Order: sequence, then C-alpha cells, then structure tokens
Amino acid sequence: MAAGLDAAEGVKRDRPGARRRLGGALWRRPWLKGLSLLSPPVLAFTLVYVAALVALFISAFWTVNPFTSELIHHWTLDNFRTLWDEPAYRTVAIRTISIAAAVTITDALIAFPFAYYMARVASRRTRGFLFVLVLLPLWASYLARVYAWRLILNSDGLLNWSLHKLGLPPANIAYSNTAMWIVFSYIWLPFMILPVYAALERIPHSYIEASRDLGARGGRTLRTVILPLALPGVVAGSIFTFSLTLGDYITPVLIGGASSQFIGNVVYDSVNQSSNLPFGAAFAVVPVVVMGAYLMIARRLGAFEAL
Amino acid sequence: MTKSSWALALVVAVGLAFPAAGVSAQRGGTLNMIAWEGYTQPQWVKPFEKNTGCTVHAKYAGSSDEMVTLMRSGGGNQYDMVSASGDASLRLIYGKDVQAIDPNKIPDYKNFGPAFKAPPNNTIGGKHYGLSLQWGPNTLLYNTKLVKPAPTSWAAIYSPKYKGKVTVPDNPIQIADAALYLMKTQPSLGIKDPYELNSSQFTATINLLKKQKPLIKKYWALASDEIDLFKNGDAVIGASWPYQTNTLIAAKAPVKDLVPKEGATGWLDTWMVSAHTKNLDCAYKWLSWISTPKVQAEQAVYFGETPVNSKACPFMNKLAKGSCATYHANAPLKYFKQIHFWKTPIANCGNGKNDCMDYTKWQQAWTQLKG
Repeated sequence: MAAGLDAAEGVKRDRPGARRRLGGALWRRPWLKGLSLLSPPVLAFTLVYVAALVALFISAFWTVNPFTSELIHHWTLDNFRTLWDEPAYRTVAIRTISIAAAVTITDALIAFPFAYYMARVASRRTRGFLFVLVLLPLWASYLARVYAWRLILNSDGLLNWSLHKLGLPPANIAYSNTAMWIVFSYIWLPFMILPVYAALERIPHSYIEASRDLGARGGRTLRTVILPLALPGVVAGSIFTFSLTLGDYITPVLIGGASSQFIGNVVYDSVNQSSNLPFGAAFAVVPVVVMGAYLMIARRLGAFEAL
Repeated sequence: MTKSSWALALVVAVGLAFPAAGVSAQRGGTLNMIAWEGYTQPQWVKPFEKNTGCTVHAKYAGSSDEMVTLMRSGGGNQYDMVSASGDASLRLIYGKDVQAIDPNKIPDYKNFGPAFKAPPNNTIGGKHYGLSLQWGPNTLLYNTKLVKPAPTSWAAIYSPKYKGKVTVPDNPIQIADAALYLMKTQPSLGIKDPYELNSSQFTATINLLKKQKPLIKKYWALASDEIDLFKNGDAVIGASWPYQTNTLIAAKAPVKDLVPKEGATGWLDTWMVSAHTKNLDCAYKWLSWISTPKVQAEQAVYFGETPVNSKACPFMNKLAKGSCATYHANAPLKYFKQIHFWKTPIANCGNGKNDCMDYTKWQQAWTQLKG
C-alpha cells in the first residue's frame, strides 16, 4: 500500500520534469516542433486526398467487362485512346474548359469595380452592408439558387416578362449554354469579389498619392499601379471560379440544353449508367491536369501570396 | 403502483411479447429489397409485415444501372429481391444474379393479363425469372394549344416544325423509340424488334437521332424537368410517361398524350428474386401479396402506372375515380400488342449470330449523341 502510494507520488513528481524536458528538446530543435505539429494533418492529407487521387489515376488504366460490369485489372491505355479518338469527348472537354474560362473572365470584370468600390470608396458602414450583400447568397442552398434562375430564364419567366413590358422581343436563352454561363457567373461571383477586395485593400494609399504626385492621371494610376498590384487577387479568385465551374455537373443538368454536357456529367453517366468506373476515372484526369497547369501559371503570377 | 398491479402488468407484457416473438421466429425473416422509390410504400408493406412476420428493408435505386450494380455488390448476397425494369432484367438473368421462380405458386398469377404472364424481358426458354408487376407506355405528349393539327405519328418529334420545342428522355433506351419509328416507316432496314439492332440498323437509328438533336430543347432527366418544360412553354411536344401527363392535366396545363400509330415503347417492371437469397419463403409471400388486386391497385394509383392483374380495376376506381380507364388497365389485347416493352439489348438476338449491338454500345452511342 505504502509502496504503491510512493510510486504514484514519484510519477506525479516526475511529470512536470518530463514535460519540461520535452519542451526544452523542442525549443532546442525547432524542426522537431514543426514535424510534430505538421505530421498529423500531412498524414491525413496524404491518406485521404492523395491516396484517393492515386487510386483514381490507377483505375483509369483498367477496363470493365461490358456484360457483368466487373473490373478487369489489366493495364491498358484503351480509356485514354477512346477519349482521344472520339470527337464527342473532345467537344465535352472543350465546352467545359471554355465555359469555365468565360465565367472566370465575366466574374473578374464584374468583381473588380465592385471590390474597388468596397475597398477604397465606400464608407465603413456601406462596406459592411456590401459584405453582407456579397455573402448572403452563400447562405442559401446552391440548388435553390439554380432553380431560381430557371424561373427567371424560362420562356414564360421573369426575364421575358420584363422584356415584354419594355416592348422588346423575348430572349430565348432558357436551357442553353448561355444560360449556364449566366448562372455559373452569378453563383461563383462572391469567390472572385473577396480575394480581389483583399488585394485592393492591401495597396497602401501612399502609392496612389505618389503616382499622382508624379503626374499620372486616374487612368494611368489604375493601369500601372492598381491593376498590377491587384492582379494576384484576381488570379487567386480565378482559381476558385475556374475550378468550381470545371468540376460542376448539377447546373448543366438543370440549366443546360440539348448540347450542354460537362466532363462531370460524362463521368457521372459512365459510373452510374454504364458502371464503367475506369472510363470515368480516365476522363476525370483531364480536369486534374488542366487545374494543375492552371495552378502553376497562377503561382507564377503571385496568386498564392494573395490567398 | 401496487405490487399486484405490477404483477398484472408483467403478465400482460409477457403475454404480448411472447406470441409476437414466437411468430417472428417461426415464420419471420427479413427481405432486403432494391426498389424504385414508391414501390414499397407503408400502405401495402405494413399489412404484409403484420400478416407474414417478414420484415421489409428497402433501398431505393435511382436507375436501372444502379439496380444491377447493387444486386452484384458484395458477391450478390446483400439483397433478396429487386424490382427490375426491362432494361435491367436480362442483364440480371444472364449475369446469374437472379433465380427462376414457379409462378404457379402465386395465387393471382392466373389473373394476369396475357401479355404479362411470360414477357420476353423476364421469361427465357419457358423459365420465369420473376413476376411481372406494373407497366406503363412511353407516350407522345403535346400541348393542345400550340401543336396543331394534333399529331398521330412519332414523325412529329423528328420534323423541324417544332424546332427547339421538343423534349425526350435522357436515357440510352430511348434509342429504341427511334428504332421503332424506323421499323414502321423504313421497312427496307429490316428492323424486326427495336431492341435487336444490327450494326447498319443501329447506325441508321443513331443518324435519325443526330438529325433530331438540333430540334431538342432538352433531354430530360427527371419527370419534374419535363413537367417544368411543358408548364413554362419551353417544350410543346415530346416523349413522356402517363405520370407527367396526369400531373400536367391536374395543374390545368393544356396537354394531351397518345400512343401514336407506330405504337410505343413501354416499361414493364418485374419483381425478381436473388440467386443467393436465404428467405425464399418470404420472397414468395411478397410476390403473392404484391400481385393481389387490392395491392396492385394501390401501387398503380400511388405511382401512376398500370397493374398487370386484370382484377385490379374495381379497386383502382374505388381509390381514384376513373383511374382504371386513365391508365388503360381495362384496355383490350389490341392495345398491348402495339406496346414494345423495354428489354436489355444484348449481342445475341436470337438469329444464332452475335451481331446485335449490346447495351454498352447503346450507352456509348447515347453519351456521344448528347456530345
């Protein structure tokens, strides 16, 4: 009994000592501290994220028995060959990338003046109000917002009703790629405004004063001082708008027309309809490669410092 | 509570619990089912469980392809039954995922319409791989105000007259609709069955669909999509199910549907029993229950389709006035003759050669058509 108590006390007395020793060791070797802090998230990242991507990439080289839908673990480039040879898949890939690019440019053009006003013109109160305005749509469900646009763009919808009241001819854009472009631009706009705002807000006022002192007019200051300094923010925002559009497959189903398939839709169909996971995986490699190239360019343009 | 009332409660509780436990041990069991949403409603599942002691666990599938995948998951012994449509049933039969049943053990089998006793999508060489359940035609739906004169032929959805106002289902089996139209309008192609197409017949069909594509407003994926398209004037004509017609008419939309003069395709669902089930007894009980006239009528009215049991009509009319005629449950044999029920396209189409295009080809062609 007494010995047991003694031992327990010994442990108690020992503990702060051990902690202090550990603290000391970490202080002496900063890399050890970094390692112990980083290893859990890095491990989780490797297991969950990278492993999933690798599994996806590997299965892209398998095929499926067409009748029994069983995986055939036999290495082949057939899936990639089909992707390359069949013009329909090229059309789908080009459509997806072009609409993602169009949405990104549109959002950049809308977001810049808006963010500029927020960051440099608006009073503190107005700015707070505008922030709420930008973020408010994100609280509503994605699906609800897409369906709302369907009601606006319908033949008998709000848009054509307004055009009719103004005495203009109806716009026939429901269920088309134009409709998708409008809806995507609306849905991802906040993701462009916020980084551009952050970049513009960071420009010191003294730079602009200096530009004026040196005789530059408003347009010149904008072109040579503000735009280059805000560019990393625009590129950072474009990473969001581009990748979010590139990976979407719900809006094409709900808003798209007869020729509106995205890469995501083909992947969904080949997994769900044909049980052909390998082909879906092969096609899914395309946006991964596109995004990889995009991120490399974005890094060159300094977008990662603006995030 | 006094001591004696505790004792009384205990006796009652034991009395209640024990017979129930005894029943489920003797005749009970669990049926894990893959079903279309709406096919295992409490309305008819609850009485079944009460009467037989068999418990029903249903998993809803979103597509025929998902049903096939689920039936094969885990070595095929996860599910006992599946409500397979005709575009999935042959895949399950030839994949040996389901077993043959003896329809004579089903009391209501003798009341089935003659077209549904041994349809080619669930009966092979006289062996019945499941029991027909409910069916529906794929009809031609049109807006009565904007489509004039009223169409009588499928030609209406292939003619440029309604360009940009046409809608058809987003489903590879839709190729059969085009094949059926060609079967009647271009006899030189020699199409005998819209689900058995050789290479040249298939190419001709896909070419027709390619020509149709510029006329299409949208390939609809959900029934609600098509309802929206017709309600909002984005489509005025298209291929449909009776469900959409009835919903639109209930919403006072000016629409009508018909089976055109070329006939129509249709779906026929079959309850199939897994080859690996351990609850064959419960499975037969379910087949017997689901084919009784009253349950057939309940499901037909709930889902908007037609029962295969010819005795279901009076029950349907009791549930919803006139529903028997609305869903053609009392239609003469001539009516069924013009409906070509879905079946999985396979390479072997009965002529001894394996030169027909199989379902994988249909799927690929459909994805590429949508482009």
